[in-house]
Amino acid sequence: MPLYLEIIVCVSLLIGGAFLLVGSYGLVRLPDIYMRLHSPTKASTLGITGVLLASMVFQSHLKGFLSIQELLITLFLLITAPVAANMIAKTALHQRTKPLDKTENQALMETVRDREAPKPPQD
Amino acid sequence: MKLFPMPFHSLLLFVVWLLLNNSVSAGHMVLAAFFAITIPLLVNGMRDEHPKILKPWLAIRYVLMVLKDILTANVEVALLIIGPIKKLKPGFVAVPINISSDLGITVLASTVSLTPGTVSAEVSKDKAWLYIHALHLDNEAELIESIKQRYEKPIKEIFGC
Repeated sequence: MPLYLEIIVCVSLLIGGAFLLVGSYGLVRLPDIYMRLHSPTKASTLGITGVLLASMVFQSHLKGFLSIQELLITLFLLITAPVAANMIAKTALHQRTKPLDKTENQALMETVRDREAPKPPQD
Repeated sequence: MKLFPMPFHSLLLFVVWLLLNNSVSAGHMVLAAFFAITIPLLVNGMRDEHPKILKPWLAIRYVLMVLKDILTANVEVALLIIGPIKKLKPGFVAVPINISSDLGITVLASTVSLTPGTVSAEVSKDKAWLYIHALHLDNEAELIESIKQRYEKPIKEIFGC
């Protein structure tokens, strides 16, 4: 394997790994469930993409033809991650999970739960 | 009965099958062709009407723009996670939307979830409001405006609804 390919594989593995680590760290560090949702939907997509990119380059070199299977995984991830996040958010709202105290517009949560239009602000 | 009731989906199935197997051998070509013909025949009856993509070029530009936004979103959220948690101001926001088709709303909600600091939580029953949760709510009006301008407008144009 030529050196430049090794460098590409290493760099994308490192970047991917770093983002995955940050994404998982976010799950531990962020205080409430609504905020925790942000870290797997975002920080992890780039992390997975980095790892898959490394796999793509490595496999293409190993097999001698362009391996684009990995692109499909990224595509599926991009389609499913928002849906999963949406379902988790819905569930949390239905369980009336308390958000962080300083969360803004907490009054909205009940209308969101009932899927109503927001009430006009009361004076 | 038509042999290909959903020509685009048939092509997609054919290509995806070959990609999944990472090969273009004769056996997989035959299997892919079999799936491309039978699956659309089976599911054609339970299809919902979806709006067609009216402006393919705009759709491609939109996808590229979203990919770029996902990249920046990843970095931004990573920085927010590492940075001081106490300074974050999370919040719920109601965004008024006027897209009539379910597909358009789905695309918008998914885009919002994948881009900087926002996750879509719910759509109101009358499909006029998209509720999102923001990780760091700086300026509510600005956030709503940017979602409407950056994502809703092109989606409306692409699907023409």
